[in-house]
Parts: sequence; C-alpha cells; structure tokens
Amino acid sequence: MDILFIIQQTLSATLGVNAIIFALAAIGLNMHFGYTGLLNFGQAGFLAIGAYSVAVPVISFGVPLWIAFLIGIFNSILFALLLGIPTLRLRADYLAIVTIAAAEIVRQIARSATFNEWLGGSDGITGKFGKDFFDLNPFKAGINTPILRFNGNDLWVVLTGWTLVALITSIMWIMVNSPWGRVMRAIREDEDAVRSLGKNVYLYKMQSLIIGGVIGSMGGFVYALSRQSVQPDNYGTALTFFAYTVLILGGAARVFAPIVGAMIFWFLIVFIEQVLRAGVTSNLIPDWLIGVNQVGQIRFMLMGLGLMLLMIFRPQGIFGDKKELTLDAKA
Amino acid sequence: MLFFIALVCATFTLAGTAANAAETPTKLYGVITGSTDQPLSGVRVSIVGPDGFTAEVKTDARGAWEIAIPIKGTFSATINEGDLPSGQALTDPLKGTVKANVFMLGVDLRLLFPIGPGVAKASLLERSAQLIVDGLILGLIIALAALGLNLIFGTTGLTNFSHGEILTFGGLLTYYFSAIAKFPVLIAAPLAVLLSAFISGFLQDRYLWKPLRKRGTGLIAMLVVSIGFAIFLRYLFLFLFGGDTRQLPQYAGQAGLELGLVSITPKSILTTAIGIIFITSATLWLLRTRMGKASRAVADNPALASASGIDVQKVIQAVWILGAALAGYAGVIVTVNQGVSFLMGQDMLLLIFAAVTLGGLGTANGALVGSLIIGLFVQLSTLFIPTELKYVGALIVLILILIVRPQGILGRKERIG
Amino acid sequence: MQKPKSGGTEFASTTAQTPGSAKPDPILVADKIMRQFGGLTAVKVDHVEIQRGSITALIGPNGAGKTTFFNLLTGYDTPNSGTWSFNGKDLNGIPPHKVARLGMVRTFQLTKALYRLTVIENMLLGAREQKGESVLLSVFPWIWRAQEEAIRIRATAILKNFKLIEKQNDFAAALSGGQRKLLEMARALMVEPEMVMLDEPMAGVNPALKQSLLEHIKELRNEGKTVLFVEHDMDMVHEISDWVIVMAQGEIIAEGTPASVMGNRQVIEAYLGSHHNTDLTSEGA
Repeated sequence: MDILFIIQQTLSATLGVNAIIFALAAIGLNMHFGYTGLLNFGQAGFLAIGAYSVAVPVISFGVPLWIAFLIGIFNSILFALLLGIPTLRLRADYLAIVTIAAAEIVRQIARSATFNEWLGGSDGITGKFGKDFFDLNPFKAGINTPILRFNGNDLWVVLTGWTLVALITSIMWIMVNSPWGRVMRAIREDEDAVRSLGKNVYLYKMQSLIIGGVIGSMGGFVYALSRQSVQPDNYGTALTFFAYTVLILGGAARVFAPIVGAMIFWFLIVFIEQVLRAGVTSNLIPDWLIGVNQVGQIRFMLMGLGLMLLMIFRPQGIFGDKKELTLDAKA
Repeated sequence: MLFFIALVCATFTLAGTAANAAETPTKLYGVITGSTDQPLSGVRVSIVGPDGFTAEVKTDARGAWEIAIPIKGTFSATINEGDLPSGQALTDPLKGTVKANVFMLGVDLRLLFPIGPGVAKASLLERSAQLIVDGLILGLIIALAALGLNLIFGTTGLTNFSHGEILTFGGLLTYYFSAIAKFPVLIAAPLAVLLSAFISGFLQDRYLWKPLRKRGTGLIAMLVVSIGFAIFLRYLFLFLFGGDTRQLPQYAGQAGLELGLVSITPKSILTTAIGIIFITSATLWLLRTRMGKASRAVADNPALASASGIDVQKVIQAVWILGAALAGYAGVIVTVNQGVSFLMGQDMLLLIFAAVTLGGLGTANGALVGSLIIGLFVQLSTLFIPTELKYVGALIVLILILIVRPQGILGRKERIG
Repeated sequence: MQKPKSGGTEFASTTAQTPGSAKPDPILVADKIMRQFGGLTAVKVDHVEIQRGSITALIGPNGAGKTTFFNLLTGYDTPNSGTWSFNGKDLNGIPPHKVARLGMVRTFQLTKALYRLTVIENMLLGAREQKGESVLLSVFPWIWRAQEEAIRIRATAILKNFKLIEKQNDFAAALSGGQRKLLEMARALMVEPEMVMLDEPMAGVNPALKQSLLEHIKELRNEGKTVLFVEHDMDMVHEISDWVIVMAQGEIIAEGTPASVMGNRQVIEAYLGSHHNTDLTSEGA
C-alpha cells in the first residue's frame, strides 16, 4: 500500500474541485433549509441549469463565456421563480416532492433525444467551452508535490473556486447576521408569528429560494468548467441528497459549515475509496468479496449509510448546537 | 454520476496516463425497448461510417446491440423498422436514422431510437386502446406500491423515500429464485412476496423505524434517514446484482395475444389479474376487518386511536407487512414482464409519490385513484409528446395538482396546512 | 394614531347592552361575518363594533368560535361572506402581514415565541420598516446599524418594563410559559400597534405574573391603544374590561359591562350547558 499516494489523493480531493462544487451546492441549501426552513430537494436542478447555461450558449451559439455566466444566473433566478411562485405556500414535505419532481423534469429534458441537438441528449455536452477561462490561468503547470497534486486546469479551478466560495460565504455571513437574516430565522421558526409582525413572509422565502438557487447554480458552473463537460445523469437526485449530507455534516445554519462539511465529506469518500482500492489491488481484500470496479459502489453505500447514521446520532453535525437543532424532534 | 467521475479520475491517476488511444476499443451501442419498456429482440441495426465502414447488428434477448468502431468520424445507425414487433414502431418516422459523432476514441456512445405503439401501422384508436391498457397496468403497479406508502405515511407520518427499493428487492428476489435457484416462476414469485413482507416489512419496521420512533426522532429527520437508506440499498443492490437489466429466463420473449384492438402477453394478463386480486383483497381488508379498520383509525388520528384502546404499534407492524408485500409484488410484475435492474425502484418512486399526492395523502382510496390516473396519463401522453418524456408529463401534472389542489382529489382541505 | 373621541371607559355607561350595539367611536366594525367548515358553521356574527381605546373582552365557552373570529378579523382565515373594517379601511382579502402593518396586531393562543431566537432578537424583529430587513440593503451594515441601535434602545426599555431584561440574551425556548406570553405581548408592542388583539393571554400563566400582565394591559389602554382579548379567567375579565362580548356557537349572544354580562341568563346557560357536556366526557375519558 502506497501510503503517500493515498495521502496525496485524499488531500487533493479535500481541497479539490468536487469539494468546491459540493460546498457551493450546500451553501445554497444552507440558505434554503438551514436558515429559512425550506425543504428544497431540487438543488441538483439548479446545478444542472448552471452547468448547461455555461456550455450550451458557448458551444451552440458562440456566446462569450462571461455572458454565459450571466445567462446562467438569469436562468437560475427564473427557475427559482417558477418553483417558488406556486409552491411556497405549501407545507414542507409537499415542497420537497415538488422540488424533486422539478429537478427530475430538468434532468429528463436535458437527456432527452428530442432536444439532443442543443442539449446533447444522454451523453451530454463535451467541448472546450471553458477556453476563455482557462486562458487566464497563470499556473498552467499545476503543482506536483508528494502530498498534493493538481494539473494546471484543475489548479486554476481550485484557486478561483475557493475564492468564489470565500466571497459568497462572507456576503452570506453579513446577510445572516443582519435584520434580514433575523427575519429568515424567524420564518424558519414560525411563519404566522412573523406575519403578525407585519412582514411579508412569502417575499422573504422567495428571496431565500433565489439566492440559494443562484449559489447552487454556481456550483454547476464549476462542475461544467472543471470537466469541460456536462452529463445530465450527474445532476440526479443523488447529488441533492449528498449536498444535504454535506450540509448536515457541517451543521446546518452555521455559515462556514458547508465548507467544512464538503471538505470532510470528500476527505472521507476519497480516503475510503483509496484504501479499499489499494486493499483490493494488493489482494488484502479478496477479489470475490469486492472487485476493482465495485469500489465506487461501496463508496456510495457508505455515503448512504453515513447519511442515515448522521441523521440518527448527530443531526446537529459537527458545528451545530444541539439546543439549536435544525431538525428537531417536533418537526 | 459521481461514481463515474471518480472512477474516471481514479483510473486516470492510478494508471498514470490515459491508455493509448489507438488501442482503446470504442463502441456504439444501444438498447431497444418498446412502449412499456419491454426489450425488443431480433431487431437489426445497420451502421455506416467514414472510409466505407459498414456493419449490421441484431438486438439480443435484452434488446441490446453494440458495434465496435475503429476510427473517429461521423457514423449513422439505421434501425430496420420491419423487425419491430407488431404494435411497436418509431414514434417519429424521421428518427429511424441516428447520427453519432465520434470525435475521440475511448468514449463509447449510446444511441437512442424512440419506439412507441406503432405510429405508421396503427390507427389513433388502436394506439389509444393499447395505451389505455398499458396505462391501467402501469397504474396497477403504482397502486400496489402507493397503497403501502400511503398507509405508512398515515399511520407513522413517515414520507418513505426508500419505498421504491422494496419493489427492487422484490424483483431481485424473484430473479434470484427464478434464474439462479431455478425455481419455476410460479414458485419464485410468491416466495419473493413472502420474503418481501417479512424482510422489507416486518424486519424493517422492527429494527429501523420502530427504534427511531421510540427515540422521538422528528419526521423530517426520518425522511432524510429514509433517503440515506434508499441510497445505501440502491448501491448495495448494484454491488450484489450488477448494473444490467436482466430478464427472467422463463417466459422471456413471450408473444403477445391479439385481443381486439390490443396486444397483451399471457404473463402480463396473469400477473395483472393477480395484482388486481391482491389490491382488492387489501382494500377489503382495510374496509372490513378489525385490523384494517384499526389501521384507518390510526392513519386518521393516532392519539385518538390509541386512547380508544387500539394497539398502535401492532397496527403499524401490520401496515408495514402489508405495504411491503404489495410493493414487493409490484416488483414481481415489473420483473416478470420487463426485467429487473437496481434502478427499478428509483424510477418508480416519483410516480408513486405523484399518485399518492394526486389522490390525497393519507386517504386509502386516493392512492388507487391517483395511481390509475398517473398510469393512464403517463402512457396516453405519448400520443402527444415523445415517449422518452412521458414521465415528465406525469411530473408536471403532479406539480400542477399540488398547486391547484394540494389536498389531492380525495383529500380533505384541513390536512395540508 | 387617532385619540379616542369619547374615552375608552366612559362609553360603557351610555352604550346599549345588546349584541351588535353601536359604539360612539368604533375602531373595528364587522358585518355579517360567516365561516363554515363543511357542514359546520363556526362563526356567524351579524354585527359587532369595538370601541376605540377600550379594553374589550371576548368570552364564551370552548368551541364558541372566538379564535376563529380572531383569525378572520386579522386575515389568517377567509370568511365565506361578510365585511369588516379597521379605522374605516376595508380589510376583506387583506393578507395578515398587511393587517399588522395597518395597526392591528395579534398574539396567539399557543404562544409563538420564536424559540431559537433570543429574547432581544424576538423584540428587534417586531420593529417596523427596518432598512436592514431589505435583502439588498442588508449587505451594507453601515446603512442599517444606526437604526438597529435605536430599535434596541426601545426594545430594552420595553423589556425592562416587562421585567424580562435579565433574560434578553437567552433563547426564548429557555423562558417559562408565562414569560413567553409576556414576551409575545412585549414583541407586539414593538410594532407600535393601534389595536392589540390578545388570544388567551393568561393561559398557563402563574398568578404572580398574571397581575403583571393585567397591569401591562391597562397601560396599553392608558396609552390610547385599543385592546381586544379572549379569556376564560372571569376574575381577570371582571377586573380590567370596560366591555364584554359573549360568543356561543359562533354567534354573539350578549354584550355589556362585565357586571351586567355576568348576570345575564343566556350567558350563564351557554356556559352551564357546555360545562355540563364537558363534565360528562371528562369522566368517561
């Protein structure tokens, strides 16, 4: 077992692109669920919209990448409005079902043969739509140390990505600790009480939905750019659920929690996978038990199991306060 | 998904560099299925490519075809419509030839031919009749699962996102007993249902949900636990079973009987008939027996029911066993007629939720009504929209219903707020 | 805020003691309000007027429709028919948050103290027209800091008045039931309402705090506010109300001064009748 290799892979993943994507998705969910109490189970839909909005205009219509980002933000605001206007009156678990359905609709349309020409069907879109972005990269050689390794493109995404995360987190911190944030947290507790104090609850929930959705779609930007590819099946319900795992792991309703949650999540995932893989290839784990191709499946099994255990034994996550439990017994 | 990405990344780094492109086998492939997702075998596909490349392949018993291609370029694959069984045809005659642009070797491309109840051959009436029958059968499958989901929600408040996995498990058990243990299906199926009732029903409630209820775990927390459980089970199934869709060896490729305007296979008739008996019995149980009435009482108002002397825990246990048996049988129907895959449950789950919500969350009859409507809608919608988007139609209906009438068709208004 | 034209207490002696009687200077007027659930009529009020600047009690046996009536008046529920107005403004179809902004603030039967907010946060939430509550402006703290300080000063003053100042940084969940009721009332005051509608403010409050609450309610009237409250505690009703309205089975069956209403035969029967039923079922349960 090459311990150093395992460390390198794990550390690179902890600080890497996937952690950024999930951090952004979870920050968005934190706004929705952590601070406002909205059960948005369609976050994957926002990421998909962000990803396709980056790829399609550039490849099919020759639109400059920077405009494509704006299109992405616009589209996610639109999606949030479409989702929110009719459904924000509904009870929590109804909202959950509607948002899952909406995200599924987005995915089905994205992978359909009917729109194959623009959206790439089930194979998605692959192409150099990120060229303008990667051209700005001053670190084209990447870094290659024994404990950390990124190629040039990935390094650029990692640096800009974490900067974006830091920026968004700072703004969110200010907002959450402002009177606006106070109204949000109050809505999470009891909407009727907030209404009795003269606040338009519906408007605030919509704002939350839009903001969290736009942040999520930025996760889609990173996802698409980092791979220069958009695959519809990557944006299924599992993505949303793992984003929730990240959020809960960190401790919902703590501004920095999604970042830590994402990093720990990917640390664990890749670490376990690397160990398993090394175990299988060096025959510490017999082939009849786990085949090389099955390591990834074990990983998902563990992710599902992990979510269950997290919810059962430590729903406040790492940083949460048990007193301030987001998912309390009465809910 | 993530697994794929990670696997690609891991393989990339582990192997050092990408394998030599010229030596990487690349293929074009596809699976041809009919309007009810049943595999169509013996259908020929001809491929034409650059440098005079031509080839012809035929779909196997699973409806799958593939062709290895040696060079980059634009290929086109044409389906031989004459090979399609009666009642099935391209939904869009123009989509009989599909183009594929292989710009990089080593990346396999999957091609899709949209097939539905015959457009060219069948009249609107024939198509509609076939779709109505298909829709009712789909509705029955959904209803079997929806009834259990509804009862579980009513009695325990749990929105069970892992309900679909009960179907998958029932299907996998059927496959195991039939294809591996080589029992006749007529024995494998009931075994699967019984084991489903015991494992997915009795054991699941006893060792997972009951302890959580005792701890006072909140409903939303349990919802999330059920999501984690669903993911865990799904990948466990993938791990144990593999990613392919597999048919039962017995009765595979059975020909359909032409009954008037519609075509329906004998196995479909039998499984559907048993399903109807099953559902009717379950409904009668709910309406007539003491335990059944108690279940409805608990679903309506657990505190009141408990105060009236009803043993709520026993009722919940009964509800889980019944729900798991029904859902397990739904898995059997799908497996016998179309085959089973690890994703079977997940595909159905949203439809099940749609049906329950449409009918009215918590009402017993609502689940049935909603299921039939969703099943019919999904199939009949293919008259107007491409087959591959038929689930989208149902999902849109779900969203619209929730907006316009959140309590569902049969639900009572006070229940939602 | 309009100062009451004829004092909040004096009107009682000159107003007719009949259901739906006209008041000299009504702040709230309701006509033909009906609310049905399925086949059941929960509220059927022909006409009612609430005198500005008074403390009016709304009493009646359980299930009389008092809270439903509250919900209808404040926009939390929609009547099947009827009209009502506040300060002359038609409230039909106005959503609850707008009703609150117009000056009519209510509390709830099951206290809605926001548990995971601190006491002081609960109070700050109540203030109106906060610049910091706008999504765009919230990002620039220097724009709303000054206002937030001013609100905090007002909030701490009220908290001192209500003897909750020591607990200002505790989570509302940590307060006792009675303290939460006080908090809800204090918070309602932050909205600077003209009319305060209290739904069972005494429920579950210990006797020591009850006196304190009574004093606060009297203070509200002294400041010119109108108070309408639902209560079961007859002593309290007798002690502070200027006027009493009695509801039974969705209708107003009596109105008058506390003394006259207590002796009203219909009222006694309405209570006795329901008490009779209550006793039976409590024995059987």
